[in-house]
Amino acid sequence: MNAPLLEVEHLTMRFGGLVAVDDLSFTAMDQRITAIIGPNGAGKTTVFNCLTGFYRPTVGRLTFHGRFGPVLLEREDGFRIPRHGIARTFQNIRLFAHMTALENLVVAQHNHLMRASGYTVLGLFGWKGYRAAERAAIERARYWLDRMGLLARADWDAGSLPYGEQRKLEIARAMCTQPKLLCLDEPAAGLNPRETAELAELLVEIRDREQIGILLIEHDMSMVMRISDQIIVLDYGRKIAEGTPEQIRTDPVVIKAYLGEAEDEELPEEVREDLARLGGGA
Amino acid sequence: MSTVATVGPRATAGGFDLARALKEAGLAAFVAFVLFVPLAGFKLVGQEGQLALEYRPHWVLIGTAAVFVGHLAINFIRAMRGPSQRARGEAGAMARFFTVHARWFGLAAALLAFLLPFTPLGNRYVVDVATTVLIYVMLGWGLNIVVGLAGLLDLGYVAFYAVGAYSYALFAQWFGLGFWEALPIAGVLAAIAGILLGFPVLRLRGDYLAIVTLGFGEIIRVVLLNWYDVTNGPDGISGIPRPTFFGLEFKRYSPDGMTFSQFFGIEYSSLHRVIFLYYLILILALITNWFVLRIRRLPIGRAWEALREDEIACKALGINPTNTKLTAFALGAMFGGFAGSFFATRQGFISPESFTFIESATILAIVVLGGMGSQIGVALAALVIVVLPELGREFEQFRMLLFGAAMVGIMVWRPRGLLAFREPTVRLHGRGQGEEAPR
Repeated sequence: MNAPLLEVEHLTMRFGGLVAVDDLSFTAMDQRITAIIGPNGAGKTTVFNCLTGFYRPTVGRLTFHGRFGPVLLEREDGFRIPRHGIARTFQNIRLFAHMTALENLVVAQHNHLMRASGYTVLGLFGWKGYRAAERAAIERARYWLDRMGLLARADWDAGSLPYGEQRKLEIARAMCTQPKLLCLDEPAAGLNPRETAELAELLVEIRDREQIGILLIEHDMSMVMRISDQIIVLDYGRKIAEGTPEQIRTDPVVIKAYLGEAEDEELPEEVREDLARLGGGA
Repeated sequence: MSTVATVGPRATAGGFDLARALKEAGLAAFVAFVLFVPLAGFKLVGQEGQLALEYRPHWVLIGTAAVFVGHLAINFIRAMRGPSQRARGEAGAMARFFTVHARWFGLAAALLAFLLPFTPLGNRYVVDVATTVLIYVMLGWGLNIVVGLAGLLDLGYVAFYAVGAYSYALFAQWFGLGFWEALPIAGVLAAIAGILLGFPVLRLRGDYLAIVTLGFGEIIRVVLLNWYDVTNGPDGISGIPRPTFFGLEFKRYSPDGMTFSQFFGIEYSSLHRVIFLYYLILILALITNWFVLRIRRLPIGRAWEALREDEIACKALGINPTNTKLTAFALGAMFGGFAGSFFATRQGFISPESFTFIESATILAIVVLGGMGSQIGVALAALVIVVLPELGREFEQFRMLLFGAAMVGIMVWRPRGLLAFREPTVRLHGRGQGEEAPR
């Protein structure tokens, strides 16, 4: 049950002269919530982009114990990685805005449906097997819409949903790919305290019920401290601490790294978001 | 364009702001004056073998005055009608109504199309124009896959039309293939051309993609023009065989076997072939429509639309963007190829002249005017674009002016196309159930 799910060894990512991630190693366990925290620009999103194939790491080995056994992520094409069981969400929501919520979730099951439709040929003639597969896909979508409390708005354009529901829909879309590891890039950004609390509950529930690992980048410390099983702290691309929430809370190195951030917390919400966007994109 | 309408003078609480309206009308009149002086102010006339300029100040004055009064009148009417917001809301509702009941409108239109040759309207000229309309409808539906669904702006679609036409013409010339044998080959070759175009442009989007596809369209045309040994260059290919009705030819007499009129024991009429061609393209177009409607609801169709919305999110969901884009290019091109074969067999003669950029632009205009992704909208737009210049024939030299004005009008009043309302490919709740989405 407590097997390693993702092993990151000596991950280094350089952009020209800039070292965004510097010799980072950590292990994310199955059925655990692993949080990556750190000041803005620490390289958190870069780690995500390496894991999900958007960047090819300069150095490092990323072993994922996926659906078909262990796989080296740094050697895979980006669009193939989800097939091994990694799903992700984005810092700035990337839904298919002009498609309905339901369609967003059906698109997430593309590869499975594509095979079921005989790569379009059989589907074109309304083959029975495909119709059954599509019904099953819609059922799965309905299940996740229901869990996110979006069932009544299933036929809305994703872009016309309120912000908080768009965040939820993006998580639902990721879950529809049936991942083994769910990577969430600042899922609480822009949510109010009540929504954040709901989100925390939801993530714990996903971990326990779906029995998958979750990798989380988050700035909201209250949430990170409450739900994480393990926390990794990055600063300037390096890992400066690792441990349980209790250990991290009292770690002098972490406190030092975050002291500069203390006044950051008092900035207005919009400014903080902007900073996060500027820093996290690197 | 829609912002222009709202920025314009609006009814204040008191009503009509005369000073402001006068000022704006004056400005419009000035612009019109500047334009009219060179456009209408002079005329070249032949006098005793020489060219001379005739000055026509009255034309300039009439034009300018018309613009001034017209501008004032429009503002006045707008002010009387209140905010233009409501009008646009109703227009949106109309588009929605059309799209939601698309099946019935489509069936009615198809029925009308089937009956057309037998109505009193169905003379040779009308059937001929209707055939042209249907070619453009089919091309529009084909391009709709690439532009409307996959969101890849393609300015070189005519290239595939040309590939289809030349495939049939050349296969008929060299290997003696008939229309029906050559049709699938033409489709396949056009699809291959689509993939060839697709590969280099995989990473491009928007403007850059448009430029490269534009270039591709020109490359094909220039190759056809210069590869004299194969394509006969600018002289074109003539004597392309006409299609047969299950082997029956549309001639008065046939040296080899029966003709259509002999077989059915009816008197020969040259109209038979025209009507047959009409039904042929009608059926080809309906097949295209069926295919597009169907594929839109399949995983590949949804992936196209998702790709149009956000490519990065698609990758994160495991969708292979390369294959998805290439299928869109290939299938869109395939229908262009079918239409091209039909064009070749209908004309009996093709040359690179028929495949210039203006054709690509016309087809793209049909897709954009129709409302990207809307099947009925595309059909309507094709009708407008082909029939409007025909109706304008009596206006002679002002024909294109009228056409341009109509285009501007459509884009002002319906900036997102005639019918821009997207019907979801799948619903969880029936219409009117579930929560009502904000519009």
